[in-house]
Amino acid sequence: MTVTVLYFAGFQEAAGVDSEVFDKPESLMALYENLRGKYRFTFQPGHIRVAVDGVFVGWQHDIADGSEIAFIPPVSGG
Amino acid sequence: MKKFRLSSQPIDHEALKQMMQHDQAGAFICFEGWVRNHHAGRVVQALGYQAYSALAESEGEQILLEAREKFEILDAVCVHRTGDLVIGDCAVWVGVTAAHRDAAFAACRFVIDEIKQRVPIWKKERYEDGSSDWLHPTA
Repeated sequence: MTVTVLYFAGFQEAAGVDSEVFDKPESLMALYENLRGKYRFTFQPGHIRVAVDGVFVGWQHDIADGSEIAFIPPVSGG
Repeated sequence: MKKFRLSSQPIDHEALKQMMQHDQAGAFICFEGWVRNHHAGRVVQALGYQAYSALAESEGEQILLEAREKFEILDAVCVHRTGDLVIGDCAVWVGVTAAHRDAAFAACRFVIDEIKQRVPIWKKERYEDGSSDWLHPTA
């Protein structure tokens, strides 16, 4: 029962890798809070978005085994 | 056909414009975002764009669909660069055709504003002192 987390931009720089596998967490919020502690991500959950399997979802979204999770820090395209 | 694309190669403006030719179009509006040499008082030497490709493409398509629903336009297309760019390069190209100019102007503005807010693409600026920063605007 694992999930893969994808890191982009500042999160990738802080984590030092572009993806990582974790045991399936209780919730997206629990996973993000864990990563904030581990990598010193500076953004409050309210400042980022979350995507599961390539689709934006809410923080309450249920996590399935094998999900690919991406925390999306504020974007700066254009 | 895909209306929103990521490109690791320079954007071919003329080919895109040709592709948008339409007998019912009385207006063609284009926005190009260029790489400028300064940001927040610092001298920028170059920059790189990273995208979460799958999600950027679906969100980009969604924005162009919203533009077609919201405005009286014929077509809307966008190409966004990824990879390393230098000063003066075109980073993003938005083209809109419509029968009349008001809708084309409004839709073009809508598309670039939504892309900047919603599409998972990030810019890394490299400064003249050798440092670099990912930009994550929260305002």
